[in-house]
Amino acid sequence: MAQRAVPIIAALFVAGLVIGPVAAVVWRGGGVTALSAADWAALNFTIWQAFWSATISIALAIPVARALARRAFWGRSALISIMGAPFILPVIVAILGLLAVFGGNGILNAALAPLGVPKLDIYGAHGVILAHVFFNLPLAVRLILQSWLAIPSERFRVAASLGAPVFWLLEWPMLRRVVPGAFAVIFVICLGSFAVALTLGGGPRATTVELAIYQAFKFDFDLSKAASLAIVQLALGLGAGTIALLLARGDMLGAGFDRVVQRWDGNRVLDTIWITLASLFLLAPLVAIFAAGIVGIADLPSSIWAAALRSLIIALGAVVLTMGLALPLATKAGEAASLLGISVSGLVLGTGMFLIVQPYVRPSSVALPVTLLVNVLMALPFVLRILRPGVESARADFGRLGQSLGLSGWALWRIVYLPRLRRPMGFGAGLTGALAMGDLGVITLFSRPGEGTLPLAMYQLMGAYRMDAAYGAALLLVALSLGLFWVFDKGGRAHAVV
Amino acid sequence: MKKTLITVAGLLLGTSALADGHTPVLTVYAPDYFGSEWGPGPSIEEAFEAQCACDLQYQTGDVLPRLLLEGARTEADVVIGLNTDVTKRARESGLFGQHSVDLSALTLPIDWTDDIFVPFNYAHTAFIYDNTKLDGFDSFEDLLNAPDDIRVVIQDPRSSISGLALVLWVQAVYGEDAEAAWARLAPKIVTVTQGWSESYGLFTDGEADVVLSYTTSPAYHIIAEEDLTKSAAIFDEGHYFFVELAAKIEGTDQPELADQFMAFILTEDFQTLIPTTNWSLPAALPIDQLSEDFQNLPMPETVLFYNEDEAAALRDGAIEAWRSALSQ
Repeated sequence: MAQRAVPIIAALFVAGLVIGPVAAVVWRGGGVTALSAADWAALNFTIWQAFWSATISIALAIPVARALARRAFWGRSALISIMGAPFILPVIVAILGLLAVFGGNGILNAALAPLGVPKLDIYGAHGVILAHVFFNLPLAVRLILQSWLAIPSERFRVAASLGAPVFWLLEWPMLRRVVPGAFAVIFVICLGSFAVALTLGGGPRATTVELAIYQAFKFDFDLSKAASLAIVQLALGLGAGTIALLLARGDMLGAGFDRVVQRWDGNRVLDTIWITLASLFLLAPLVAIFAAGIVGIADLPSSIWAAALRSLIIALGAVVLTMGLALPLATKAGEAASLLGISVSGLVLGTGMFLIVQPYVRPSSVALPVTLLVNVLMALPFVLRILRPGVESARADFGRLGQSLGLSGWALWRIVYLPRLRRPMGFGAGLTGALAMGDLGVITLFSRPGEGTLPLAMYQLMGAYRMDAAYGAALLLVALSLGLFWVFDKGGRAHAVV
Repeated sequence: MKKTLITVAGLLLGTSALADGHTPVLTVYAPDYFGSEWGPGPSIEEAFEAQCACDLQYQTGDVLPRLLLEGARTEADVVIGLNTDVTKRARESGLFGQHSVDLSALTLPIDWTDDIFVPFNYAHTAFIYDNTKLDGFDSFEDLLNAPDDIRVVIQDPRSSISGLALVLWVQAVYGEDAEAAWARLAPKIVTVTQGWSESYGLFTDGEADVVLSYTTSPAYHIIAEEDLTKSAAIFDEGHYFFVELAAKIEGTDQPELADQFMAFILTEDFQTLIPTTNWSLPAALPIDQLSEDFQNLPMPETVLFYNEDEAAALRDGAIEAWRSALSQ
């Protein structure tokens, strides 16, 4: 009884955290309004770009993950960690990094010019998708790689000795199980795109729902319109989640000896090409960000460290809360519910929370806790996607064993499940911490001077013309996010059973 | 975090208007850039506290949306950093009270007689370019006629105040032909960004040759960076006027302090802080009291401006002309 109640309470809590604020905005806005023709056009573009961004991210992630799964080379572990960086970059920093490579004066055009190739133009729908792939390819690779590594190594050995088709026998069922969920989470996060779509989309052709919400809120103060659009976002997120759950079939492979994979198949040259291309695509903009930021590090004001500390506290708080919620929520329904959190505009979420707390406390006094809470909501779907396969395998493979030993409740988790989940938990915690570090989030609605986070300080520096210092702050942010990610991720992998 | 908890506790005990026992608090809502360490906020706070025996506290963020969310329950006593695009809505909210400031000291290029909103600084929208790479433009026509390989970056009028000022500027210059003008500019517009910061970052990174900003932008480069390569193109047709305003909250629990602050805005103490903290022109300071670098900035002879009613009537059409020309 009590064991059942925990996941239900966690799911209700998460759903309430999303639906409550949206309801508050609807109530304050005096109901919902019909969407205009321009809103429908924005919705159309939003869905279209999110679909292609997710499709291409996954399509590229499969060969890259496979190559990483079956090749051992020096620096592989570090490469996997650093490759995750784009996912946690603040949007504006990522855009500047991408433009340094793919922009009009970027490295790529400079390299192509002597060859007589006409200038590549990044601005347009393809630019939006390129940026979204840059953000999400690392996540897709990690999600798929993790499942690849979870295929018991003895299966590959048996398949190799029998000359059986490894792909159809072992990898296809695994992909069928993991790809729909990975697709859904990337699709939903791309639905919320705003600054990326606008800047790289080249103008109003690339108008998204999120921009329409921003306009309704900021210029028209039309809360009813903003809420209506947020409900559309909720429906899209829920729809994507449901479809993913229906599609995600495929049998689990059962327990093996639980060891790291050794492989006898695969084309070494092809794998090397995939790994090289993915590394170049993901790392070149990071190098550009590093180069731009290193100059500004010296210009950083001393207050930046306090901001960095606040961001770090938020990040660690988000890790604890997210992991605490994620373990009981690691079920199908829990994962679907968590998609609600990333489907709704942060602006609407923040406004709703503002409306809810305002009668009781001064909103600026809860700026940091609210920021933390929103960060937890944003990280949950990713963490659940990372944890759920592991939790389910552990349940299927060791649940009966645990029961036969008379273990239940917390003891079962502590002795049997948690040690098997070290690796995904480390990855999930790292991702949560890094995402929370880099999130500008709702703090702009609540903040008070001298209490800002590192991303906010970066924007303030930009707003005061101090671009060099802002890039320095961005570099600091990236370094701290990556550091946090690395510590958790590595901590999960060290002494991990799997 | 701990401080936050203490603040919450303090609030629950009902001591919000008093800090350290008896010093009255003046709460000022301001945009993020204004209240930040790198904006004009801190030095203005210091100057005012030197004369008011009070504690000036900023609350930063999206000023008007927040105020409208809070309604009459707002803790704000004064609001600073509004602009004419939102004054109509702000006025209609009934949250603001009349000021009693003598506006005769104003040195704006237009007449200003508003009984609620007091201007504290101004500039004009302008295109900034690198004068070592381009010759500049003498008029809007000149910019529209420039070769299409000139890379211009602007801000979205639906998400940015400066972007909205630009569409009103085009409207003021071209009127009925605004959409055609946008169509001529469209091939040169490399992209449109959410806000000013992103655009300006693209410009300083060399991704764009020309950026929509303000006539006062070169001052930052000249004074803070000793970089003389950034210029504002001054157009014969004139430039759209961009003014920032302050106002008093009608239901303030500190009416005297609020009035004192409103009066302080147009004093020399406040006005002389503006140029090098907000990189704008003070609203009430004779030109000869500006630093030489500011005096030497090229300024337009003609100033274009729609009052809030005109702007409200034109806004949707002007944005639509922009959207439709750039969506082609």
